[in-house]
Amino acid sequence: MERAAPSPGLLQPGQREIELDVRTQDVEINMGPQHPSTHGVLRVLIRADGEIVTAAQSHLGYLHRCAEKIGENVDWLQYLPYTDRYDYLAAMNNNLGYSLAVEKLLGIEVPPRGQYLRTLIVELNRIASHLIAFGTYGLDIGAFTPFFYAFRERELLLDIFEKICGARLTYSFIRPGGVFNDAPPGWLQHVEDFCRQFEKKWPEYWDLLVENKIFIERTANVGIIPRDLAIAWGCTGPMLRGSGVDWDLRRDQPYLVYDRLEFKVITGVGYRGTVGDCFDRNYVRMLEMVESLKMVRQCLDQMPEGEVSHPDVGLIIRPAPGEAYVGIENPRGELGHYVVSDGSKIARRVRVRAPSFCNLSLVEHIMPGTMLADAVAIIGATDIVIGETDR
Amino acid sequence: MTDAPWFRPAVTILAAFGAMMSLAAGMTLVERKVSAFIQERHGPNRVGPFGLLQPLADLIKFVFKEELAPDRANPLLFLLAPALACLPAMATFAALPFGFLDGKPMVVANLDVGVLYVLAVGSLGVYGIILGGWASNNKYSLLGGLRASAQMVSYEISLVLSLVSVIAVSGSLNLSEIVLAQDQRWNVLVQPVAALVFLVTMFAETNRHPFDFAECEPELVGGFHTEYSGMRFALFFLGEYIAMVVMSGFMAVLFFGGCDVPFLAIAATPWWAGALAMVVKMGFFLLLYVWVRWTLPRFRYDQLMYLGWRVLLPLSLANLAVTGVVLALDRQGAAQ
Repeated sequence: MERAAPSPGLLQPGQREIELDVRTQDVEINMGPQHPSTHGVLRVLIRADGEIVTAAQSHLGYLHRCAEKIGENVDWLQYLPYTDRYDYLAAMNNNLGYSLAVEKLLGIEVPPRGQYLRTLIVELNRIASHLIAFGTYGLDIGAFTPFFYAFRERELLLDIFEKICGARLTYSFIRPGGVFNDAPPGWLQHVEDFCRQFEKKWPEYWDLLVENKIFIERTANVGIIPRDLAIAWGCTGPMLRGSGVDWDLRRDQPYLVYDRLEFKVITGVGYRGTVGDCFDRNYVRMLEMVESLKMVRQCLDQMPEGEVSHPDVGLIIRPAPGEAYVGIENPRGELGHYVVSDGSKIARRVRVRAPSFCNLSLVEHIMPGTMLADAVAIIGATDIVIGETDR
Repeated sequence: MTDAPWFRPAVTILAAFGAMMSLAAGMTLVERKVSAFIQERHGPNRVGPFGLLQPLADLIKFVFKEELAPDRANPLLFLLAPALACLPAMATFAALPFGFLDGKPMVVANLDVGVLYVLAVGSLGVYGIILGGWASNNKYSLLGGLRASAQMVSYEISLVLSLVSVIAVSGSLNLSEIVLAQDQRWNVLVQPVAALVFLVTMFAETNRHPFDFAECEPELVGGFHTEYSGMRFALFFLGEYIAMVVMSGFMAVLFFGGCDVPFLAIAATPWWAGALAMVVKMGFFLLLYVWVRWTLPRFRYDQLMYLGWRVLLPLSLANLAVTGVVLALDRQGAAQ
């Protein structure tokens, strides 16, 4: 390449000054489907100008298993195990959403003990799910150790689930009509032991990660989702509440026994930065664990005796023709089931509104302008489960 | 034979090389064991008693692994980069004094410009990372290499400035003489700010957590070594650990008296006690490396730059200015 002359005055005859034509080119970087940053097989195509993200696009479908179509081909009850597999970190909640929709079609009410058991176990599952969200968020930010601590406590919860239904991940425990079986002897005591233990461990997580200076620097004021934007994109769950919107289906459209429990709805307050940043989303999840624990305690105290299932619901379910929509508050947001029956033993249509899917749709719009490392922080704070986005 | 002129250098070289390799290999085991302890796991415990032979097993694994090179990688640079990352770190070890035997320092090369040599050779290590990242023909690697180069360049300035104040206090560039100058009181007591700056920069210089942007796995998979496998990867790995050992050694020599045993004159210390004191001090900082890695989250790239240019650089400059003024006043006072 020709060298630019130092100054015009020093040019020899026949030489001319040139301008170096330097252009930079954006790089396209694939994050996923096999990449440490993405939770599952999400693929985010990022266009970056050096370290700055200029555009992002998420590609879905790597875990698509036709869950909704399967719903039109199997019995009402046979579909239940498929619900385990959308949000495999909160399978109890998925079971509940589907069961409530079917029960609404049937027009039946579950006995009180069944309702309390459902509430109890769903809240325990919420803690387990938020523990994973917290632990893996630490990994995304580069703190390896909180992940192991979170898994240690989650293991206790999985033991509790295993004792009541035999499964550790895909439970199929809550089913149309009630729950599969009553709690075995001593099980409620196990739950109480867990509550005591978890109460002691939670402040450690808070001190170790959430109040860490580097963690705050990495997450506060990063990936801000303003209130209006969150509502416009249909965000739900911690993603919505992190932006300061006070909306929780457990309080605003109570199902099960939530209207008999006392709890606070946690919203982001800009604890360390702006309302709606990544820190706030994580903050909401952290405090929701405490609220869930309170609810578990109240369920234990109020637990009535009696049947756990409705006697009329057998293995073959034939709801009267009609349709029903039930939305419940999953750990990741509103999980909606829209079911249509034509009176046969097989559903006409099962439609699932997956919270991760709606939350994820916003992510690529808040990424441009952030740093490459922020993109990871934003995906992590969204807390998606690909099983649910793709179904 | 012990009187032969080559005997002492030969023994020193062998001992230094052995110490370096065993410390680095031991560190790979210590890192895994300590991280397991922090995370309530067991860590490697299958190979040998308590997993003590794990480094050996790792070595065998690395040697027998297939060495893949990506399509359209630059073959020469791709081959050269791991060696370039490893060799400078090894070479700097030569200037580390481990103690005094018969009044002469136990060091491979007792250089009068020891500090300069260390800085000059040590900063070559970044070439291995840049070239490795560039030659891999991989975007993650390229970004990792770019980050590493920018980071090392910015932190080396603070590193050097913090050392200048130490040199001013000790009055020598020779590392053995810097140790001797600390016989009465360690430099960390005289230069606490410089020690702090050096502590931070030594993490950045060795590309260790929380500054390990070159291999930042959440976004860059493996960074510069994404495409490396087998023994080539092992050399990068070894280079990192040797660099850690060397930087811990310099921390001990420059600020914590090197082989000086507290409350004991260096001349009166037996050589083995001096060497032991040195190794203990190094071990402390090596453990600090591991402890920090498994406790803290990682900075973001721009925050690292901010810390380097806006915090550490002014801090070390101010420290240097204060040191200079105090030394000048002191000299004036002595002259009167």
